[in-house]
Amino acid sequence: MTEMTTRAWLLTDAPQTRRQARLGAIYQGWLTFRANRLAMFGLAILILLVLMAIFAPWLSPQSPFAQNLAERLKPPSAAHWLGTDALGRDILSRLIHGSRITLFIVGTVALIAPVIGLFVGTVAGFAGGWVDQVLMRITDIFLAFPKLILALAFVAALGPGIGNAVLALAITSWPPYARLARAETLTIRHADYIAAARLQGAGPLRLLIGHVWPLCVSSLIVRVALDMAGIILSAAGLGFLGLGAQPPMPEWGAMISDGRTYILDFWWVAAVPGMAIFIVSLAFNLLGDGLRDVLDPKGAKE
Amino acid sequence: MTETDLVKAPGQGSLPPAQGGAPGFGRVRFRRRARSVGGVALSLALTLLGLLLVTFIIGRVMPIDPVLKVVGERATQAQYDAAYQAMGLDKPLWQQFLRYMGEVLRGDFGRSISTGHQVLDDLKRVFPATLELALLGTLIGVFVGVPLGVIAAARRGGWIDQIARVVALVGYSMPIFWLGLMGLLLFYGMLGWVGGPGRQGIIYDGMVPNVTGMILIDSLLAGDWGAFTDAFSHIILPASLLGYFSLAYISRMTRSFMLEQLSAEYVTTARVKGLSEGRVIWGHAFRNILVPLITVIALSFGGLLEGSVLTEIVFSWPGIGQYITKALLAGDMNAVLGGTVLVGTCFVLLNLLSDILYRVLDPRAK
Repeated sequence: MTEMTTRAWLLTDAPQTRRQARLGAIYQGWLTFRANRLAMFGLAILILLVLMAIFAPWLSPQSPFAQNLAERLKPPSAAHWLGTDALGRDILSRLIHGSRITLFIVGTVALIAPVIGLFVGTVAGFAGGWVDQVLMRITDIFLAFPKLILALAFVAALGPGIGNAVLALAITSWPPYARLARAETLTIRHADYIAAARLQGAGPLRLLIGHVWPLCVSSLIVRVALDMAGIILSAAGLGFLGLGAQPPMPEWGAMISDGRTYILDFWWVAAVPGMAIFIVSLAFNLLGDGLRDVLDPKGAKE
Repeated sequence: MTETDLVKAPGQGSLPPAQGGAPGFGRVRFRRRARSVGGVALSLALTLLGLLLVTFIIGRVMPIDPVLKVVGERATQAQYDAAYQAMGLDKPLWQQFLRYMGEVLRGDFGRSISTGHQVLDDLKRVFPATLELALLGTLIGVFVGVPLGVIAAARRGGWIDQIARVVALVGYSMPIFWLGLMGLLLFYGMLGWVGGPGRQGIIYDGMVPNVTGMILIDSLLAGDWGAFTDAFSHIILPASLLGYFSLAYISRMTRSFMLEQLSAEYVTTARVKGLSEGRVIWGHAFRNILVPLITVIALSFGGLLEGSVLTEIVFSWPGIGQYITKALLAGDMNAVLGGTVLVGTCFVLLNLLSDILYRVLDPRAK
């Protein structure tokens, strides 16, 4: 098939198969998304980030751990494009390797928290009654906590480290997803198609997994995309406080903390990783806005 | 920071929406309201109970042995056992929890190992510093963010709207501690416009009698102008930083509230009547967003109490954020949990306050 006919096939008003209809809907969404230049910009940055993380060992000019005390705290130059830190390590190399840690933290939290939220929210909304009351009360309690402080307390109890930081962030960020999933469930709980599936003999578990979850997913995805930047900033904050990734790991927040001592004389040590955090979270925010326009037209009032 | 977390619609605090719809006859209405007040109180009590339960669990699962912290490394087994029993650790967990709850309700958070004082006394000392910072930050956020949001909505698509958009987007994407460091570098290191880290210069340290614990107010009360300007030069940078994050949120919310009002029919009516645009915007539309705006401001203030943790570290500000973090790194669990309970309680109360204000001020919410 040539390009034109593929396009026509995707945009047809009368799809012949389910697959065609579904692919067509995805293509329509992509067209909307593509028209949003800022969102495309965000997407491009994130693709670059992922590529950077995958090819880190080949891209970075030096090892992120190689110390060279003769070359410490050197400003950006031809040999070290972004300068060196207090132990003479190449900042660019550390930055490139740090992208893996950032993606790992964001990816894991963004995977765990919405799943917990989806489970709690849909069960609460679908079951109703006292189950709903109890689950939502627990959600409210977690929601009432200041997130960063709770994460701090959790890391304090579990001990600093990247795994515990992920866990603490996941534990503190699921409640909004639970509320969202519950609200979605309540609107579709009494829909005719649910009643139809029930009449066909589908049990509660089957209804929940097969018929309720798929409808909650798109609004959850939008929320996750919009929350990604927040997760990055919280993770960097934990790293900055020395509670996330431990040295010598090149985590961006921890790198800022390293550079803090030398801020007045050797500003690039702290400035560079902070810029990286800013660019990545900006990209996530732009992407999130674009995705919201595609997946959740109701929410995009502006 | 969790800026995105702050973005929730007014009236969606941690409490369920008001019961009942149309106003009924006197007694029914009274009973409904009583039930609603009772519901709020119950919900508040349950939330605070949950907060204590969570901190209790955190305190129990931690790998640090609390007994060892009290008796020291070189204690004999007998001393250790005595302390173990005195702390009630041999009792079942639920009894330990009841004991913990009783202690917290009496304001007894135990002794901080790193400072050697009662945690409550420490909290009384550090909390005003955080409060001062967060209050000034909120003031900046309100006085810049609200007009910015209103103008952005009134001139939708204009250059002020574009600027407001960028300001908010950058605010949502910026690591607060990094911006603080860069601010210190620029305004303190290079330009020398502001005082450096800390609350006061060394000369003024302890010179002003402590009344409220907030140095700006205390120095004014004492009539010490030098101390006031010194304190102001120290607080202005961290407060502007927090204010920026607050205004990013407040201006966005103000803009969307205003857009909603400006598309309402009464605005068209006012315009048709021939009112000036200024009267329409400030006299009619703006007055109608005041109620949801108060909710937003209360939430943003709560956010700043939390956001001040990282800011305080950057600026060596002796507030509750720095207290908790230092205690955390020293393994001083009493101090960490005491601080967490205090900030958590403030958060819950702010949520409750914004909810109550919403109900009291907006006649439709009843």
